[in-house]
Amino acid sequence: METIQADVAIIGAGGAGLRAAIALAQTDPKLRIALVSKVYPMRSHTCAAEGGAAGVIKSDDSLEHHFNDTVGGGDWLSDQDAVQYLVEEAPKELIQLEHWGCPWSREPNGSVAVRPFGGMKKQRTWFAADKSGFHILHTLFQTSLQFDSIRRFDEFYATELLVDEGRCAGFVAIEMRSGQMRRFDARAVIIAGGGAGRIFPFTTNGAIKTGDGMALAYRAGVPLKDMEFVQYHPTGLPSTGTLLTEACRGEGGVLLNKNGRRFLQDYGMGPETPLGKPVLKTMELGPRDRVSQAFWHEQRKGNAVPTRWGDAMLLDMRHLGEKKINERLPLVRDMSISYMGVDPVTDPVPVRPVVHYMMGGIHTDIKAATPLAGLFAAGECACVSINGANRLGSNSLTELLVFGRRAAMSAMEYVAAGAPAPREAVREALGADAQGRVRDLMQRTGGTETVAGLRKEMTQTMEEHAGIYRSGEGLAAACAKLADLRRRYRAIELHDKTNVYNTDLLQALELGSMLDCAEAVVQSALARKESRGAHQRIDFPARDDAQFLKHSLALWKSNEGPRINYHDVVITKSQPGVRDYSGDHE
Amino acid sequence: MGERTIDLEVLRYNPETDSEPHFQRYSVPCREEWVVLDALNHVKEAIDPTLSYRWSCHMAVCGSCGMMINGEPKLACKAFVRDYEGIIRVEPLAHFPVERDLVTVIDDFMDKLKRVRPYIIPRQVKAVAHGEHLQTPAELNKFKQYSMCINCMLCYAACPEYGLIPKYIGPAAIALAHRYNQDSRDGGRAQRQEEIAATEGAWECSFVGACSDVCPEHVDPAGAIQQVKIRSTVDWYKEHLMPWLKP
Repeated sequence: METIQADVAIIGAGGAGLRAAIALAQTDPKLRIALVSKVYPMRSHTCAAEGGAAGVIKSDDSLEHHFNDTVGGGDWLSDQDAVQYLVEEAPKELIQLEHWGCPWSREPNGSVAVRPFGGMKKQRTWFAADKSGFHILHTLFQTSLQFDSIRRFDEFYATELLVDEGRCAGFVAIEMRSGQMRRFDARAVIIAGGGAGRIFPFTTNGAIKTGDGMALAYRAGVPLKDMEFVQYHPTGLPSTGTLLTEACRGEGGVLLNKNGRRFLQDYGMGPETPLGKPVLKTMELGPRDRVSQAFWHEQRKGNAVPTRWGDAMLLDMRHLGEKKINERLPLVRDMSISYMGVDPVTDPVPVRPVVHYMMGGIHTDIKAATPLAGLFAAGECACVSINGANRLGSNSLTELLVFGRRAAMSAMEYVAAGAPAPREAVREALGADAQGRVRDLMQRTGGTETVAGLRKEMTQTMEEHAGIYRSGEGLAAACAKLADLRRRYRAIELHDKTNVYNTDLLQALELGSMLDCAEAVVQSALARKESRGAHQRIDFPARDDAQFLKHSLALWKSNEGPRINYHDVVITKSQPGVRDYSGDHE
Repeated sequence: MGERTIDLEVLRYNPETDSEPHFQRYSVPCREEWVVLDALNHVKEAIDPTLSYRWSCHMAVCGSCGMMINGEPKLACKAFVRDYEGIIRVEPLAHFPVERDLVTVIDDFMDKLKRVRPYIIPRQVKAVAHGEHLQTPAELNKFKQYSMCINCMLCYAACPEYGLIPKYIGPAAIALAHRYNQDSRDGGRAQRQEEIAATEGAWECSFVGACSDVCPEHVDPAGAIQQVKIRSTVDWYKEHLMPWLKP
């Protein structure tokens, strides 16, 4: 097998992977960096983030406010030392991006503009109209092109980490263009592979978000942390699941039920605020978990707006006027017209909650290190945890910058401390084994299952049992179903047994990743017998700090479901309290 | 509103098994709101798992799914089935080698993008600790449009010059170079000129304007190319007629 030698290899070339690569190249130009991704960097899903990135910059704001908003928003499941690090580093990272050319929207005097966002007490979301993630991704990608030491391997799909004597020694990957397997020998590996929203049928996530990075670490023995916390974004288009950014509400859009009532006031987020004058941290600027949950209740009361794609609510932006919508929300307008046939300038847009983000992920510490020596992780695939039980909008773009860089620094420290080069014979044997597993899948005959068939059963199970509200009974059924799907996965037969750009093979491997992630979600959710943030149990409606102020850790077992352990939350200065998003909390 | 069955005619080519490309026809029941990408996904899931193509975001921002649809370069996620009558013919993006089915080899574009130095070459180096640069909305607007390029390469597929002269750097790369040249924080124009003002740069363009017509993000690369030509001409006059004014 052809091998590639690197000091640090990065899996995933979205925001976190690119930020890590640049940090490595800038800090030590002699480092050999391999940046490996299953897609070209600019296709990474960071591009789809719309609203912006949070960082304290204005004089009326403070790090303490950002800290408190994030910790409370996360229902006290965030690690507070990590949140402190995030809020301190955030402004530096956002200014760094500014220096690299990110076209942040500006105030008339030329300073960076900020906008309000859900659950944030002050305006601190830096934005580039409503294509913030796109501009961040392209700014990072284009900046990375000046470093010759960043060797890119575009369209390489990593299938397995190589672990020698308790250290990560690299991985093997399929080069899509040739179908050949390549071995990456690396002294340190950073996983920045993104989330796993595609385990659900209705999601804002692109097709590539299949949890591959999470599954790579998980199968190598690294626990997945807090996987039960899945974020529903309140406002997706019912037809396609396309995201309409929270900035729609930040700019003043309101949510209505079928009677035209701003129903959030009936769910602890009132009183009603004046139209077109959004008030921070209340009503439509409540956090995503609460807003999505409120919709679920409205639906049960029969107050939803029926559409031919199912129940919805209305996002009314008409009072913002055409000029403001064009200036601040051009993509939102374009997509509403294209995919729903509704112009937000003249009509309210039907929207419904849609799976958007995984708070959980690869268990890392505040230095982005996993428990496996030599393995680091950052971005959505990782769980530090900053986001706790519910991420606040605009913290994830910040997180991938801050912890992308942090992962690079930690990997460099690890390499500099003399990480031993793994033994060649062992690597060769591990690589051959990994290659054998892909070959077996490719050559299997007599299989009875299809990728599309199993994928559909998986996504339906997740929607039915692991949605906004969950029950022990439903989750138990989902666990049984996913265990069954995992067994049936072994009976998949590919239709395409050729080598060049074989997407039948790619989708089969992605399905394997998704099944592992989905099982970690439902098993962790079944074990968490409380309601906290985005994890709501009908049978355990209250938060239970005595038992569950803890991170869950799902540990992979090859032939059975995961084992669930718990890990303490780091609390430094904010004791668990009441999340108050009513307008009179000040 | 409802279903309509369409015939998709898709170019197939697998270098391992086919001596040359051929078309394969699929009959696909489509819903009113479907785009061509949805129809391809239906084929992949329900009819023929061997079909290969790139896609991800389904919202016209990742730039993966550029292809020729009835002969025009389009994003498959923005090409509505309702806008077509009769057979819809889907082919890989023109002017790029075919890797497999609708997947093209895009090495040439990736190389050209890197060559134009699409990153800030600072006018003045500033430490992060010294904060942001001020940039007024007017200064931002001088380049904002050109920063919207999603690298989908529809403009290369539309460009007759690129079809004839593959060395031509092409619309998107020139537009991105121009984007940085126009940025108030940048001082790297002279370095980029080596690539974009050379024979194979902007001067190759015959101003057909097809690139701007097909751009899904309204970047207007043709406008950028003309501005590059004008500025290069000014450079030439300054250098040759007014040598005391160093550009």
